[in-house]
Amino acid sequence: MRYKDYYKIMGVPRDASQDEIKKAYRRLARKYHPDVSKESDAEERFKDLGEAYSVLRDVEKRAAYDGLGSSWQSGQEFRPPPGWDESFNFDARNFDTGGPNAFSDFFESLFGGGMGTGFGDLRRQFGAHGEDQQAKVMIDIEDAYRGATKSITLRTQEMDSAGRVTPKERRLNVKIPKGVRQGQRIRLSGQGSPGIGEGKTGDLYLDVEFNPHPLYRVNGKDVYLDLPLTPWEAALGATIKIPTPDGHVDLRIPAGTTSGKRLRLRNRGLPGASPGDLYVVAKLTLPQANDDKAREIYRRMSDELPYNPRKQLEGH
Amino acid sequence: MATRVTTGILLDDRVRYSLTEVCRICGSKTEWVVELVELGVLEPSGDSRSQWQFAGDTVHIAMKAQRLQRDLGLNLAGVALALELLDEIETLRSRLRMLEP
Repeated sequence: MRYKDYYKIMGVPRDASQDEIKKAYRRLARKYHPDVSKESDAEERFKDLGEAYSVLRDVEKRAAYDGLGSSWQSGQEFRPPPGWDESFNFDARNFDTGGPNAFSDFFESLFGGGMGTGFGDLRRQFGAHGEDQQAKVMIDIEDAYRGATKSITLRTQEMDSAGRVTPKERRLNVKIPKGVRQGQRIRLSGQGSPGIGEGKTGDLYLDVEFNPHPLYRVNGKDVYLDLPLTPWEAALGATIKIPTPDGHVDLRIPAGTTSGKRLRLRNRGLPGASPGDLYVVAKLTLPQANDDKAREIYRRMSDELPYNPRKQLEGH
Repeated sequence: MATRVTTGILLDDRVRYSLTEVCRICGSKTEWVVELVELGVLEPSGDSRSQWQFAGDTVHIAMKAQRLQRDLGLNLAGVALALELLDEIETLRSRLRMLEP
């Protein structure tokens, strides 16, 4: 098991006052709270922070931790010295862990497990509801159009009769309903953490997120597609075969289409009781004038088309 | 190997929960949920408590409120503000994604 530097995690010096530690916790908790932070490792850091704070906030635990000495490096292989905690009396019941099994092996080797000692026995005796679990499932936009089945892997922890906790992986095939939107949740009752004793199993909440798509962007129930056009298609109008998440369609581009103009295909966004729309955004592209022929055509347009795109700038 | 497929409930606005159900799902007290309604965080339809109908995304908002309150030591007015700002950031991020593909 690895040594954890609780002071480093909290960003405070080893001689920080209890007040400084509390302040640091408040500040970092806001920064790394998984509901607030967008950083990918927010959850891990928030967990570490909670663990560090539960030790450093408690004068007695902090003293015990300090007693290990200050020469340990974060991540260094660690084994608690025999009988190191003889002079302390920890009561696991006082832990405010924000949930069982939340802390590291390092923590448990020093202060006992949140589940294995006092508190755990208490829970087992009376039975307790299993925790609700959260997980994320990544789907493609096409899955939302047609519905799909996705396989997800959940990391859970199981407790044996002796109160030992072992990590376990569980696979689940989940039906993704047609018409699901980015950020919506699917509730799977009875698929969360197992209850203790007579306690009921918790629920699983799946956050649905869309994989980035090379062509489509999603906003709520509407889908956007950028469509590159030549100047003559945009100017003269054209019928163009375009891809949609639901298959190809022929789209009529009206004459005089300008760059950035949005063409709306009603009800071709995400399906549902009130389906979204598909917006095709015109992107005008210019052919390069990199041979004589092209240069000749551009010159003729310059000579023969009376066109001033900068009328609005004149007189300023 | 036979694959079993688990079907859940999509928590969209077609799902309706009563006050009692929201409390049960979130494991919270009635008064706490009522306070969230009074702060405008949750917006059930129906005139009286017994008629309140909460949409599916309520569950997610309420659980998020619970975590913010517990982990950051906020009062409920602070939770309401945080949720509002987080929601606004998400809307802006989403619009930004539209503009910067």
